[in-house]
Amino acid sequence: MTLLQIDAAEKTYATAEGPLPVLRGVDLRLDRGETLALTGESGSGKSTLMHLAGALDVVDAGRVLIAGQDVAGLGDAGRAALRRDRVGLVFQQFNLIPSLTVAQNIAFQARLAGRFDADWAADLAQRLGLSDLGTRYPEQLSGGQQQRVAIARAIAARPALILADEPTGNLDEATGDAVLDLLQSLVAETGAALMMVTHSPRLAARLDRRLHLSHGQLAAT
Amino acid sequence: MIARWSFAFLMLGQAAVAQGFAGLGTDAEGFSIPTRPTQFDFPADHGPHPTYRIEWWYLTATLTGDDGAEYGVQWTLFRSALAPETGAGWQSPQLWMGHAGLTTADRHFSAERLARGAIGQAGVTAAPFEAWIDNWHMTSRAPAGADALSALDLFADGDGFSYDLTLTADGPLVFQGDAGYSVKSAEGQASYYYSQPFYEVAGTLTLPEGPVAVTGTAWLDREWSSQPLSETQDGWDWFSLQFADGSRMMGFGLRDRSGDTYTAATWITPDGTATPYPDGALRLTPLGWAEVAGRRVSVEWRLELPARGVDITTVPLNPQSWMDVSVSYWEGPIRFSGTHEGRGYLEMTGYE
Amino acid sequence: MIRHALSGLIAHWRRHPGQLATLMTGLALATALWSGVQAINAEARSAYDRAAATLGQDQLARLTGAAGGAVEAETYVALRRAGVEVSPVITGVLRLGDQRLRIWGYDPLTIPQAAAPRVTPGDEGQGQIDLAAFLTEPGLLLVAEGTVLNDLPPGFPGLQVSGDVPPGSAFTDIATAGRLLQTSDPTYLLVAPDHSGMLPGDTGLRLEPPRSGDDIGRLTDSFHLNLTAFGLLAFAVGLFIVHGAIGLATEQRRTGIRTLRALGVPLRAVLGALALELAVIAVLAGAAGLILGYLIAGLLMPGVAGTLQGLYGADVPGTLRFSPEWAALAGGMTLAGAAMAGAQAFARIAAMPLLQPAQPRAWAVASGRGMARQGLAALALGLVALAILGLGDGLVAGFAFLAALLLASAIALPVVLSWLLGRISRLSWGVRAEWMLADARQQMPSLSLALMALLLALAANIGVSTMVGSFRVTFIGWLDQRLAAEIYVTTASPAEAEATRRYLEGRAETILPNVWAETDLFGRPADIYGIVDHPTYRDHWPLLSATPDVWDAVARGTGALVNEQTARRETMSLGDPLPIAPDVALPVVGIYSDYGNPNGQAIIALDLFRALYPEVEILRFGLRVPPEQVDAVTAGLREEVGLPADAVVNQAQVKAFSIGVFERTFQITGALNVLTLAVAGFAIWTSLLTLANMRLPQVAPVWAQGMTRRVLARMELGRAVLLAGLTFLLSVPVGLALAWALLAVVNVEAFGWRLPMRLFPGDWLGLLALALVAALIAAAFPARRLARLGPDRLLRVFANDR
Repeated sequence: MTLLQIDAAEKTYATAEGPLPVLRGVDLRLDRGETLALTGESGSGKSTLMHLAGALDVVDAGRVLIAGQDVAGLGDAGRAALRRDRVGLVFQQFNLIPSLTVAQNIAFQARLAGRFDADWAADLAQRLGLSDLGTRYPEQLSGGQQQRVAIARAIAARPALILADEPTGNLDEATGDAVLDLLQSLVAETGAALMMVTHSPRLAARLDRRLHLSHGQLAAT
Repeated sequence: MIARWSFAFLMLGQAAVAQGFAGLGTDAEGFSIPTRPTQFDFPADHGPHPTYRIEWWYLTATLTGDDGAEYGVQWTLFRSALAPETGAGWQSPQLWMGHAGLTTADRHFSAERLARGAIGQAGVTAAPFEAWIDNWHMTSRAPAGADALSALDLFADGDGFSYDLTLTADGPLVFQGDAGYSVKSAEGQASYYYSQPFYEVAGTLTLPEGPVAVTGTAWLDREWSSQPLSETQDGWDWFSLQFADGSRMMGFGLRDRSGDTYTAATWITPDGTATPYPDGALRLTPLGWAEVAGRRVSVEWRLELPARGVDITTVPLNPQSWMDVSVSYWEGPIRFSGTHEGRGYLEMTGYE
Repeated sequence: MIRHALSGLIAHWRRHPGQLATLMTGLALATALWSGVQAINAEARSAYDRAAATLGQDQLARLTGAAGGAVEAETYVALRRAGVEVSPVITGVLRLGDQRLRIWGYDPLTIPQAAAPRVTPGDEGQGQIDLAAFLTEPGLLLVAEGTVLNDLPPGFPGLQVSGDVPPGSAFTDIATAGRLLQTSDPTYLLVAPDHSGMLPGDTGLRLEPPRSGDDIGRLTDSFHLNLTAFGLLAFAVGLFIVHGAIGLATEQRRTGIRTLRALGVPLRAVLGALALELAVIAVLAGAAGLILGYLIAGLLMPGVAGTLQGLYGADVPGTLRFSPEWAALAGGMTLAGAAMAGAQAFARIAAMPLLQPAQPRAWAVASGRGMARQGLAALALGLVALAILGLGDGLVAGFAFLAALLLASAIALPVVLSWLLGRISRLSWGVRAEWMLADARQQMPSLSLALMALLLALAANIGVSTMVGSFRVTFIGWLDQRLAAEIYVTTASPAEAEATRRYLEGRAETILPNVWAETDLFGRPADIYGIVDHPTYRDHWPLLSATPDVWDAVARGTGALVNEQTARRETMSLGDPLPIAPDVALPVVGIYSDYGNPNGQAIIALDLFRALYPEVEILRFGLRVPPEQVDAVTAGLREEVGLPADAVVNQAQVKAFSIGVFERTFQITGALNVLTLAVAGFAIWTSLLTLANMRLPQVAPVWAQGMTRRVLARMELGRAVLLAGLTFLLSVPVGLALAWALLAVVNVEAFGWRLPMRLFPGDWLGLLALALVAALIAAAFPARRLARLGPDRLLRVFANDR
């Protein structure tokens, strides 16, 4: 079953030097339970594609369907609901909510979606090695710890689609591998689909499929 | 002298401003004016003449202490009228000013007192005679029948000094100029002017170091008028001299801006016979200058009165005999030598 | 180098004119309120100085009659003739229609140098006195600039303006003064320095030392401290604004500055350029602020003059003079303030590593340890405040207590707010509220300055309005007691008074003479009233303390009543002798409240009064009339006796007039309250605006996780309102403590009366609403911006490669 469908997506940004086309006709499908690695040079539009896939932004042309819903037709509130209910996001800069504790950060989206499962959250924290850090604030954590919180947060709400933008980009290789192992096993457990942006062919190789974004267009590798 | 003093009088402390007052001397509206022939009425004329603009009781004494040192003392009460009338209570146009000076060879003390008339703080009564301002006074102790000024008690004090003297005259009153009508300029400005130049003095000076008993002679001037000096006269030099034979001499020169000086003199024999000398008879020549209170003042003079064979040079006891009062001037004892020798008093005004 | 750096930096303001405007407005506002207050204070102080230095009374001892009365002229002459240098002064108040002029008659011939008035040319002054005119009839009055006297009687002295005369006063010759005031005996004698010791032992006079420190200055200290406090508060709040604006500009220019430095501009040149830029802005804004301050001061000055006259009887001109020192001082304050406000931003730039990613700095979560330290500091200051209250005494202690209290509460505010927010967030509100509260808590460090400003403004508001309100309630209650008569009549002559009495026979139940003599009590201006024995007094007079037979004693002429301020000033209690006339002293049998009267006052039996002051005519009456007769009697007095309308007034009119005076008295307080609150609101606005730009990294993840911008914007509003509301709650106890200190400490010292404290919860609700509205308005703009923020701005937060 197709969870994410992107058809002929185009996106152009206005810059000081004039319009800058970032995506020029991207087609992509991602099924439930599938994992996909997205590679590409800097500025190739990976992040933009991720943002479109996560209902954070809308296409200029073409369309994006998440769980069958057309993102562009949803409006602000609808997109917010879609993100809340269906999407889990892991950012390279972690982007935790600094005013909330680790436990609160993990629970935040799940509670927002009305799907908070305390046992599941505790289980996640334990498996990610965060059990003792529940009352800490993000700024008190190391980068690896923060990234694990970000992963726990993305998964705690049991989203159907998990989007990870260079989730290990700020980590050393060993930590990165461990984090990815966890992410992969958790995704497998929840049956979610995963799209991950990465620079590393080594990491990309561990996922089901690999796509390469170049000059705003996709190509399989 | 008259204009100078009426001007001086109104320089009262810092509240007063000269503006307008220099001009006061140029008119005599409503005030009486001295006339000839004179007709004095004593003791009434020892008292004040409120219808005249300006009047004074002016005493100078050349003294010698029991310590052998020479001293000079000045006691003056001025009356100045803003209007030719007396008032009652605080509102009186009659203003009074007292000056007291005490000169030693190396120091000069001066003090000033001001008061308004009619409240009793200052004034002059003719009979019994008393002139006073605050606690300063010149009080007659003359026996009945004698002239009120023939015997006086005198007191004044100030910062660092006081004096308490008894004065006894051994000669009569002397009338200056034309029987007491003293002309002050070629234009004819004049005043009533008589003197008592024959006092013998005894008493005590109190200096910062302590009291000194003194004896000596003194000279009292009485003068009143309403008329100013001539507008171009801006100061005078006035001498009173005592000669070894008991003669006295009074002389003054009124300095004119043109450089001319109007002089007058009176020769007084020991028995009190006065001979006036007109303008030009007396010659005054400055000989020695001194820097006094920031001004250049002639403190040594040559006096010539050929009619009496007088050609003398004066030197001051203290060249710095500066009266540091509202309008300041030089006043102090002098000694003279030449054809004659003796002591006297010198007053110099208008040195700016 | 600086020039290049400057041109690189200055472009920023072209792109952000709003920011520049905020910065300038903040600086100008701070300068304006501060300098305005300073201008007012300086003007008043110079008026007090002139009043205090009047005829050397601040430097010379003086002699008065044994009971504080006049000295006989003969005594003066006797002292002079004994060699004591004393100088007579006749002073008193001259009434010309409804105008009053304090006449100072001195003797220019004997006045000691130290006391002689300096005659200085005012703008219209001539700089010189015609002494002959001064000393002779009709004389000359030297008056302050702006003195206008209408309808002068013939023979009145000429007027001449002199710069050194206090307002409402005239210097003149003693003879002129004696004529105007119809007396010949000096009010007192000035004693020349070093002559006090020369006084004979048996003068029967009282020697008073120089009035060191001006009484009016001491009296009005509280008022000026109050103004200064308001001014400083406004200045500080203005600096918060400036701080916010500079901080924002710095954050936004980090990239540019980094680029400049990467291009080889040395750090010193960058900082120099920034400092120069700030200095130029400060000078421009300071100049605008000065003009504004001068205008504000000019607008407030008549009110201040009214207040000072009403409260203290102090004569202050209602106009303002421009003084270069004042301008220089205010300009300096602006520069120093701008430097202070910019210091943090500069330090941050100086510390910025060349290659650090130019990412807006995340605002730190308030660390627990920092909070604890701040809490302890607040607690310590609070204890200091209590200690001052317990140990100190007087006006300075009162204000020190207030300062410590306000500072302690301001420091405690973030701690308490943070704690409160923590408590509230523990109640289960749902995840959104939880985040909002957590976020509010996190914002505390950056908002706390603005919130402190709000707290101080609110507390000052509550404190001052409680004080004024208590005063008003007490004053109105007291007026009801004191104005017991139904009609008040003023006649112009004894004949008219007699006609009035005749007409009233059988028509009024009682005619109460209202008569007083203006004199001195303990060397201060005072009125002594004579009253008849009547239930109107026995039943209504507002006695604070009294002997059991108080009214009998007064009626017998064996006791006197004295007003509270005199009793407090002289620390008098019942039974103490009160010198009501030369050689006459009566024991105090009662003390009554007498609000709003700067002068001393005493009440004695009418018979005794007439014996002491036979020259005072009884021309005013209070009438007890049955209520239904009031209109008829009023009409009758006007029509049949022919009294002018304003000579017959009823109780209600007198009350309305008195309350009008009261309201005018506190005009300035109201105006300053509103201004301070407005500045605090502006501070919150700029703080929120600054925060809004830095908060994106905090808001973006929340948005990404499924919250709409609209909801986020609403939460922004809610948070501002919540913080303002909580701040208000905390300001209530602080404000009440302030009110208590004002009423129980400062007022007693400043005015000489103590007022009971009343609470006005209704006013608080109004103030709460005002605070919330201010917060809403302040938050509205940032919130709206958030609601409309393009997703790209939020997405930039997540971008890897910025």
